[in-house]
Amino acid sequence: MEQLLQEIVAKYNYWLYIILMMIGLYAIISKNNLIKKLVGMNIFQTAIILFFISISYKEQATIPIIRNAHGPGHVSPEAIQATAYMNPLPHVLMLTAIVVSVATFGVALAIAVKVYGEYETLEEDEIRTRIREKIK
Amino acid sequence: MLEHIPVLLILAPLLAAFLVTGLAWIQSAYCLPLALAGLLGSLLASIAALHQVMAQGALSYEMASWPPPVGIELRIDLFNSLVLVVVSAVSLINLVASWEFIKREFEDRKETFLALYLLFVTGLLGVTATADLFNLYVLLEITSLSAYALIAMGPSSRAPLASLHYVYLGVIGASFYLLGVGYLYIMTGSLNMGDIASLLPAIWSSQTVLVGFVFCLVGVWIKMAFFPMHIWLPNAYTYASMTASRVLAPLMTKVMVYVMIRLMLTVFGAQYIFRVLDLGPVIVWLAVLAIVAGAVMALVQRNLVKMLCYIIVSEIGYMVGGAWMGNQAGMTGSILHLINDALMTFAVFLAAGNFAFKLGELRLENLRDLFARMPLSSAGFVLAGMSIVGIPPTCGFFSKWYLISGGLQAGQHAYVAALLLSSLINAILFMRVVEYAYFGEVRTGHGHHGGHAHGGEMDEAPVAMVACLLLVVASLVLVGLYSESIVSGMIQPFLVRSFV
Repeated sequence: MEQLLQEIVAKYNYWLYIILMMIGLYAIISKNNLIKKLVGMNIFQTAIILFFISISYKEQATIPIIRNAHGPGHVSPEAIQATAYMNPLPHVLMLTAIVVSVATFGVALAIAVKVYGEYETLEEDEIRTRIREKIK
Repeated sequence: MLEHIPVLLILAPLLAAFLVTGLAWIQSAYCLPLALAGLLGSLLASIAALHQVMAQGALSYEMASWPPPVGIELRIDLFNSLVLVVVSAVSLINLVASWEFIKREFEDRKETFLALYLLFVTGLLGVTATADLFNLYVLLEITSLSAYALIAMGPSSRAPLASLHYVYLGVIGASFYLLGVGYLYIMTGSLNMGDIASLLPAIWSSQTVLVGFVFCLVGVWIKMAFFPMHIWLPNAYTYASMTASRVLAPLMTKVMVYVMIRLMLTVFGAQYIFRVLDLGPVIVWLAVLAIVAGAVMALVQRNLVKMLCYIIVSEIGYMVGGAWMGNQAGMTGSILHLINDALMTFAVFLAAGNFAFKLGELRLENLRDLFARMPLSSAGFVLAGMSIVGIPPTCGFFSKWYLISGGLQAGQHAYVAALLLSSLINAILFMRVVEYAYFGEVRTGHGHHGGHAHGGEMDEAPVAMVACLLLVVASLVLVGLYSESIVSGMIQPFLVRSFV
């Protein structure tokens, strides 16, 4: 038990992202309202963004901007120590992923507006009954 | 100029998409020529790339001159040069064939449609050409976003809902893929496919690599509509505009199969996939399920397009099963079937589009007497159907041959049986359509005889639509006849390093 707790606390960022991801997935699967599903989808994407952000974090490390790197002969000795800096690449990747997720959310909301225009409801069970009525 | 070919073939449609969006406000008459020029540009560039790859081996292009492990690399080898040619050719031919249809269906929104169409093609070409895992994710989302919009524009009242369901599953798929890339990044610190491939053998036993691989695989499976994850596909492609599903159906799923094979062979390596993991038999069983389920569900459909969609689900099962067979014959069959199935599905959707242009909704009963009215399109449909069933002179036969021999070599008899069964079911499906179209009088189930002129005069689709269909059908036979040289000239040299 002690060991398990230590495992959880040591890797809490992974646990958090998994919990968030499952909340999102649960919403996509079980919610009846199309917009709630979309919000679940966004939570799902955000969980992955947080995962990427957290993997590049290091204790006692700073942002990767080298101080006094410009100008002649001023490079400080710690500038070349990779351990002193966080890895910026996952953060940069997530900038792109955020753009992707915003774009997806926008497109999905626009489509949801079209769905609403068609059925005048966003509850999935009501839409289903409308479709069935139309077929009859 | 020549060394920029790999990036030009992606930039041409991208640039055209932007220009089309702008020109729509000023002079909309130039939009179509511009779009055609963009697609023609990428077709010519991909043929040139194919030519270069054949002559001097894989092309590598460094984006903005940043060398590979850091910068983004585009890499074109024997495998994806073939896929690139198919993607650009199919999208160009479809635009030529569908323009009349697009004008009728979208009227004042046709420029929007064109821009989305071009973005979709850009994404597909990018996914195929890139050698960077994260870049692949971004391009995949460009493809998917334009696909969602294209589907939602469809004329059917159910199109937006079908598209929204596709969004939910598509996003889950892409997110899983991204998560898998994250796990690989943790372990290797790299995103370049070649670089990861060289770093992985040292850490094959790692659980993280395994989980990363499984996440990538599940993500790609959702996107390619592999059987239990296929539920988005039939509605999305049926309710979309026929002009859009004609390009979505043959290309989207096939490019995702390409991504799966690329991950398996280039990133993880056949050694890891088949020796270290030994997942093959399980996944081949999943493929068996996919093949049978797709075929059976196709059998109960009364709508022609939906029937074709379920045939796609079953074909995806062929390709996944062949790829996971663990031998060279199976993988050869899978790659050849990827090319062939893109062409076959395209041909069959072109023919269905021609029918839809004249008939509207394609319920099987509506197809009565079709042969008398549209003889050329019906003939094209029958030939494309023959290829899907796998009758010898057409290309479908040859890839099925490799798949079956791969299955026999691996001792996967269930897979062989499922493949044969689904071929038989396909034969039944197409015979049923032929029965309606050619012998419409034989069955008199419903009383809807007054609808169409009987024994009626010819009423064929526009010339461009028919000509494109016949061109693609001819290519089915040609690819079939030359399949031996495609296999020995391109696929086997590509696979030779993987299977020793």
